[in-house]
Amino acid sequence: MKVLVTAKRVVDYNVSIRVLADNSGVDLNNVKMSVNPFDEIGIEEAVRLKEAGIATEVVVASVGTSACQEQIRTALALGADRGILVETDEDMQPLAIAKVLKAVIDKEAPQIIITGKQAIDGDNGQTGQMLAALAGLPQATFASKVEVEGDSATVTREIDGGLETITVKLPAIITTDLRLNEPRYASLPNIMKAKKKPIDVMTPADLGVDVAPRVKTLKVTPPAARQAGIKVESVEELVDKLKNEAKVIS
Amino acid sequence: MSILVVADHDNNSIKASTLVAVAAAQAMGGDIEVLVAGAGCGAAGQAAAGIAGVSKVLVADNAAYEHRLAENLGALVAELGANYSHIVSSTSTSGKNFMPRVAALLDVAQISDISGVVSEDTFERPIYAGNAIATVQSTDAIKVITVRGTAFDPVAAEGGSAAVEAVDVVKDSGLSTWVKDEIVKLDRPELTAASVIISGGRGMQNGENFAMLESVADKLGAAVGASRAAVDAGYAPNDMQVGQTGKIVAPDLYIAVGISGAIQHLAGMKDSKVIVAINKDEDAPIFQVADYGLVADLFKAVPELDALLG
Repeated sequence: MKVLVTAKRVVDYNVSIRVLADNSGVDLNNVKMSVNPFDEIGIEEAVRLKEAGIATEVVVASVGTSACQEQIRTALALGADRGILVETDEDMQPLAIAKVLKAVIDKEAPQIIITGKQAIDGDNGQTGQMLAALAGLPQATFASKVEVEGDSATVTREIDGGLETITVKLPAIITTDLRLNEPRYASLPNIMKAKKKPIDVMTPADLGVDVAPRVKTLKVTPPAARQAGIKVESVEELVDKLKNEAKVIS
Repeated sequence: MSILVVADHDNNSIKASTLVAVAAAQAMGGDIEVLVAGAGCGAAGQAAAGIAGVSKVLVADNAAYEHRLAENLGALVAELGANYSHIVSSTSTSGKNFMPRVAALLDVAQISDISGVVSEDTFERPIYAGNAIATVQSTDAIKVITVRGTAFDPVAAEGGSAAVEAVDVVKDSGLSTWVKDEIVKLDRPELTAASVIISGGRGMQNGENFAMLESVADKLGAAVGASRAAVDAGYAPNDMQVGQTGKIVAPDLYIAVGISGAIQHLAGMKDSKVIVAINKDEDAPIFQVADYGLVADLFKAVPELDALLG
């Protein structure tokens, strides 16, 4: 069975982002870019499915500028077999990305599609669910455990207050939560091997998809700064301040 | 303008997150109707009719909606919602699950997790884990919106007298099946509803040490949370995680114990009214947001705090 995973190019999670002075967005110049951490978990899950003999091929897709080749190479080094880059300079919003991915799965016909539950740049958390709706497929979001058996997958999901287990018919979309797995590091030989793996490049127009943005960003501002308070010297002083100054405990 | 708010509920009562979603809808302006979709959810429908500012309640009571499966709920809300200018839900794990399906089925964008309403088509929302606030304008005819639970003051749960109308639209995709829930029975308040939270980070060193926090929590009527680092290290389950990738909280008092203050954690708690940090590293970033910082070994400070609280 074929598994399709996504690899969004985002600012590395360790980077402290800076809002541009003209409030037009976030400064992305000379900032370290990485695979969205939740996509990385998806790639790991797909590679494990292959190692377990369930998946026969892992295809990784990315949508964005030509620089996304880097993130595809990372996924290939982690064990994906080949890549698809849908290249565009457009500001790609979740609905447009979902439409592009829908066109990709129409061509590739994977049985399982794994995306991150959210990307850590826009924090939208929409793409997987939108893709599922557009393709008329079931979804299992925020997965912390995936078991594939025959033509269905049983997925444990992280929900408010605990866990939920559902079964979805394949093909299905799965979105990853933090505890699904711990992604491996790519070994040097695998990084070298990844350079030889094929990447197909196409455009949204080739796929016949309209990717015009639907949402205009009017401005981006830094959040209201929080003033640092005081240091207390002892637990007694702390309790006294909380009782008598902040009045948050009695 | 008319707004459809999709309620979070447990079939018997309406969850507080719905009251926040209604508050956001009020800020958008227009007639507000609430959809209660569930199985045996008549009581929740009646409760919704009492929410202040709601003009009508739609009740879709069918086995297909029992477990809020996204395929069924998404199809229902997309069909009913086509007649509204706005479709609003909370950013609960249920709202996050089905709302993007609604948007895609209607071929419109979704504006996720709004923290402010500027006008009927313009909203504020945090991006990059709350390290930037984007003001965005939707160009779509129907606005599909999820609302951050801490961003608006909830409307009153009582005082309204909306008409209740049954909806007989049944959407049953048959594509997914609910198997089971494992809901942690808490003796303490839920994280997102607690007025006091005490959270532990990697400094806790292991899961057993969280018992120290639980003891303090019980004295303060507090919920217990954890940083992503603590969850990653296996000290605490993921549903305790406070942060960008976990729960967003804004209690009256937030006590961070052994938490360094990674960006991703701050994103989940920096709107708390009073923040206390206990950490032995005086350079920990958590102190930059703390109202009261105590540089101390948590294994001494927390038992001392516990004793002082009686």
